[in-house]
Amino acid sequence: MGEERKSSKQLLAELQAKHYADAQQAKAEGKPVAWSASIAMQEILEAMDIAVVYPENHAAAIGARKESMEFINNAEGRGYSTDICSYARVNIGYSDIKHAEAQDIPLPDFVFCCDNLCNTVLKWYENLAKDLNIPMVLVNTPFVYDDEVPERSVKYMRKEFDHVIRQLEEITGKKMDPKRLEEVMETSNEAAKWWKAAYSTAVKNPSPLSGFDMFNYMAAAVTMRGKKETVELFRTWHDELKERGEAGMGPWKPGEDEKYRVLWDGIACWTNLSTTFKTLKKYGVNVVCSTYPDIWNLRYGSNDLDGLVKAYAEHYANRSIKFSVDKMSALAEEFQLDGILYHSNRSCKLMDFRQYEIQRQVEARTGIPYVSFDGDQTDPRIFSDAQYETRIQALVEVMENKKNAKGGK
Amino acid sequence: MFVGIDIGSSSSKVAILNENKELVGLAVENLGTGTNGIQIVLDKAFTQAGVTPEDIKYTVVTGYGRMTYEGADTQITEISCHAKGTAFFNCDAKTIIDIGGQDAKVIKIDAAGNVSNFNMNEKCAAGTGRFLEVMARVLDCKLGDLSDLAKASKKDVSISSVCTVFAESEVISCLSAGESISDVAKGAHRAVARRVAGMYNRVSGEPPVVMTGGVALNADMITCLSDELKTTVTPVSHPQLAGAVGAAVFAYEKYHKAKK
Repeated sequence: MGEERKSSKQLLAELQAKHYADAQQAKAEGKPVAWSASIAMQEILEAMDIAVVYPENHAAAIGARKESMEFINNAEGRGYSTDICSYARVNIGYSDIKHAEAQDIPLPDFVFCCDNLCNTVLKWYENLAKDLNIPMVLVNTPFVYDDEVPERSVKYMRKEFDHVIRQLEEITGKKMDPKRLEEVMETSNEAAKWWKAAYSTAVKNPSPLSGFDMFNYMAAAVTMRGKKETVELFRTWHDELKERGEAGMGPWKPGEDEKYRVLWDGIACWTNLSTTFKTLKKYGVNVVCSTYPDIWNLRYGSNDLDGLVKAYAEHYANRSIKFSVDKMSALAEEFQLDGILYHSNRSCKLMDFRQYEIQRQVEARTGIPYVSFDGDQTDPRIFSDAQYETRIQALVEVMENKKNAKGGK
Repeated sequence: MFVGIDIGSSSSKVAILNENKELVGLAVENLGTGTNGIQIVLDKAFTQAGVTPEDIKYTVVTGYGRMTYEGADTQITEISCHAKGTAFFNCDAKTIIDIGGQDAKVIKIDAAGNVSNFNMNEKCAAGTGRFLEVMARVLDCKLGDLSDLAKASKKDVSISSVCTVFAESEVISCLSAGESISDVAKGAHRAVARRVAGMYNRVSGEPPVVMTGGVALNADMITCLSDELKTTVTPVSHPQLAGAVGAAVFAYEKYHKAKK
């Protein structure tokens, strides 16, 4: 036996700290730093040894520390509407204020944008590039209307992929090493595999995983998929959860039973993380899955560049309503859901505009009760504790009725 | 005796059921959570039922003030209580529209009066009783007079804003443009009805539709909702007390279930 293994919680904290420290150090050494959209092809940046910071992740950290309003006020004061995504407002505010108690990040030398998550990100990054007078590198990802990513989209994105590499070679003055890219792809694939394996342990009933932990660990899936340490982190986390599951342990402490299993649709309310979590736990409700973390389960074959670009187009955020309904209905069955919780996130037009129709279709197909509540990912002015609790409690009452009707627990 | 208490944002309601599940006490006080309204209304209902607090076997509290009220055995949401209260009044409703002081809800129920789905207003006063209170203030009339005023309307005046604050300015503009108070009151009712119709469609509401909550006392509001939903909306008996009655039924059921 060697030295005692670190827990996944320790590893996560260390890796997060290192992620931001590395970016600061790169900046200090005069190396280029990128600000990247959260579902961009990080494999290219990692292979070219470019330090990356993810504004969405950073904004979430600022939100969780309850300091987002300072940045939001700054952005709104400079003319950005309250209707714009609050991640964008927090980040645009940060690009001016340049300091946050939660975490400081270096300003970018270029922005790396991939529009596979929404359209707002395009204008957000264009404005950053203009304000900071830096280049913007874009991978445009056509929306997938059909059941599959069309071949023409794959061809188009492959050409973009090569073009982006040339742009980055110009910005950094370094050549891409295809061998290194292959390695990073292997690592990223492996990290995504263990990420998926870890949160899939929640299939077990009761789930050994508390869904809000999934939101915490997601930070590493977003920011560090290309690092070997991340593979180790997710494997460790998976092993811990598997062990809990085999020991028959639920998501929380002994005696705190998982009574209801729900899916959380949408991004977390980072500014109200504690309230949203504790209210659910109070009623024995565990978030066993979500449509959101699965986005970073980006998988492709060995050195398969077509597969890589395809993976970045075929995730949940870039797909049709039909895909979403199929996906949620499948999750409902796989995770034996009792209910679905829809976060009507004022920031996220992409998720909200289709939410009513998805609710209607998923309910018609699965018969699973649901509720939606108003909130926002990082703007604390939208969420209301009392309204949230009434909705959660009412969902619990409906779930309880359904269980009683079925003669369940 | 079994007590149901509904502490709303603008009024407090109490219902008392006897051993035979008959309503023996019903009282409303237009003072909501955070006031002494609850004590006043409890006293009223006890007097009416001819009981003392010692006769009470089980109490269920509901409504916005349910979390902070300490005198009950359990608390249940107003969604389940309105469904239970509606079922108690023996109606065959499939959909309930409940418009209270600060919440508007559309609740779908099954044959047994269990909630199968529901939708509530956003974090906003549009479509709620508060919206009508603001309108009454601007029109310089009592809340209870809005219905008669609106019934006398001769002309369509559209209040298009969904925001209560902007609707208030819109109403002031209408009045200064010479529109009659009656026509504006009707416009305000239609604005609420349109808002609620959106929620009704979202939960795929189906007739028969009944209405609960204090706003159901406004007869013209019922007419506007019926027009908007293209089906007859009927208020339940004692609409404002439906939540309290439902809570009392829960109290009765919980007491007897625990005894078994």
